[in-house]
Amino acid sequence: MSAARGEPLLRLEGVSKRFVKSLDLAERVARRFGSDVQEEVVHAVESVDLEIAEGEVLGLVGESGCGKSTLGRVVAGIHPASEGRLTYRGKDITRAAGAEAKKASLKIQMIFQDPFASLNPRLRVAEIVGEAPLFHGLVRRSELAGYVDQVLASVGLDASYRRRYPHQFSGGQRQRIGIARALAVKPEFLVCDESVAALDVSIQAQVLNLFMDLRERFDLTYLFISHDLGVVEHLSDRVAIMYLGRIVEVAPTEELFAGANHPYAQALLAEVPRIDSRRRIFKPVEGEIPSPIDPPPGCAFHPRCPHAFERCRLERPLLKEVAPGRYAACHLNDRS
Amino acid sequence: MAASGEGGVPLLRVEQLQTHFETGAGVARAVDGVTFELNRGEVLGLVGESGSGKSVTGFSILGLVDPPGRVVGGRVLFDGENLVGASESRLRQLRGNQIAMIFQDPMMTLNPVLRIDTQMVEAVRAHHRVDRAEARRRARDALGRVGIPSPEERLSAYPHQFSGGMRQRVAIAIALLNDPAVIIADEPTTALDVTIQAQILYEMQKLCGETGTALLWITHDLAVVSGLADRVCVMYAGRIVESGTVDAVLDSPLHPYTAGLIGSVPSRNRRGGRLVQIPGMTPSLFALPSGCAFRARCPNAQEDCAQEAPPETVPEPGRTLRCYHPVRETVA
Repeated sequence: MSAARGEPLLRLEGVSKRFVKSLDLAERVARRFGSDVQEEVVHAVESVDLEIAEGEVLGLVGESGCGKSTLGRVVAGIHPASEGRLTYRGKDITRAAGAEAKKASLKIQMIFQDPFASLNPRLRVAEIVGEAPLFHGLVRRSELAGYVDQVLASVGLDASYRRRYPHQFSGGQRQRIGIARALAVKPEFLVCDESVAALDVSIQAQVLNLFMDLRERFDLTYLFISHDLGVVEHLSDRVAIMYLGRIVEVAPTEELFAGANHPYAQALLAEVPRIDSRRRIFKPVEGEIPSPIDPPPGCAFHPRCPHAFERCRLERPLLKEVAPGRYAACHLNDRS
Repeated sequence: MAASGEGGVPLLRVEQLQTHFETGAGVARAVDGVTFELNRGEVLGLVGESGSGKSVTGFSILGLVDPPGRVVGGRVLFDGENLVGASESRLRQLRGNQIAMIFQDPMMTLNPVLRIDTQMVEAVRAHHRVDRAEARRRARDALGRVGIPSPEERLSAYPHQFSGGMRQRVAIAIALLNDPAVIIADEPTTALDVTIQAQILYEMQKLCGETGTALLWITHDLAVVSGLADRVCVMYAGRIVESGTVDAVLDSPLHPYTAGLIGSVPSRNRRGGRLVQIPGMTPSLFALPSGCAFRARCPNAQEDCAQEAPPETVPEPGRTLRCYHPVRETVA
């Protein structure tokens, strides 16, 4: 299921998101007197180009602070992009306004990581799930109860739970409520941000199976954000790997796991603990993820990269097609 | 399996340990008859899901269970000495000296308002009569051993000046300070990123290999255990339902719960296929079913499972099992 075929469902062009920590009063006064205080700018997401085809599951992988959640929020319309363009079904939704913006944002829904923090503890399940479709006029009030029951059933929750509060549910069930809430507005595209990370292994398997069932039943497209490569490998058609705000590699899942191109992707794949590897020798990458406030010049990975050479310190590598359907941002590909 | 201590006595032996929490809602049997042994230089993985009692087991060994929790039965034999009911002063002598602990959140170990050197010097001088300079030298060496760059300068930093991975290294350095015989590590890499987790696992593996420290590694992650441990115990609802060498347990699990856990790991399944799932959820400790606690979720459950909890059996040498109807027939 390659994105090359036809018009992608969602296209991101040069999307960036920066967070600016503005100066407080004392700093502004200090600056007036000639002090050298600067606003801190966090480059959370930097010029990301990405296409997601209809019906595809795109896995987005990276370590904490790499900007994967921010990118997910930009896609879901929770954060506006600082720069760049998002196109959904050929329509620019970056600066859309009014009814059109509302329509697009309903089609893209988000499922969050923490099933304890993302549900209002004072609302009953029926209210959590039923609020949005009623507000957006998708169902009439008289039909709401039946509709909520139907949505709950689709995520495997019994209709008798509808009068309960979130605290009466376990973590896995709460995550199902979160999924039901997203499904209630009939979305086409789901952004799942670490949606199974907080769950126990056995419950995680149940929720992953649910995601796969729903994909088939409702023809959903997913942006599946996770730090867990095992989960991403299982679920995704293609995988994008992020490092410090930029996408460093995009490839079909099987090809990526058969052999990654970018040195960071290789390191990440090598370090995934696997149940089949016994008493293995861990050979970690040195160093830590640099701060996105002050990213290193050139390739952001060069201070940790075993293959770094002069050009990596000076020039930022661009994401280029290295094989059909495979993209990587690494100067090593220009050598040889 | 690593060599046992002198005379074949294991370094740490936990016998029929029972830790209960007496609350208004009833008695939660968080740990209910746990028995295992840890030999010198061995890495033992204690695996379970949330609420299985794995962390409480770790806390009980060092007498760190807070009320309303209480160790109500069993023994913890460290080098032959029973730690259950030992005086607080005796436990203080052991903690951080003979038996050290690493927590999931390094800020449970570190005091946020004290510099690293203050905390580490204190930990050395609590157990050894050495002067401040010598204690500081040991602290610096420990930081160097866990791979913290420029340890001398980092000694005078505060915990908030470290990243999460570095903080966990400092916590590990503090655990290593007095060359303990046993380290109890409670999910120490769960909150860390993959590359940082690999760094920590690498350091732990190296250090335990060098010093012969025995390691009790408490985790929910079977994949970490398979890469690190020699033996593994699988806990469910306060009991060890299966134990044995990592190869034996992970390659041919006997308990249906272990088999289900292994089956639900995504990388063990065909890509895109349905994952093997254990139906239902972990039972509340206040309302455990009669008989085997797993029977409501178990594909092999039969009538006798409801009668009485299955006793611990030894299906093969070096393995234990609590199940009437294991995944495959055993010799015993």
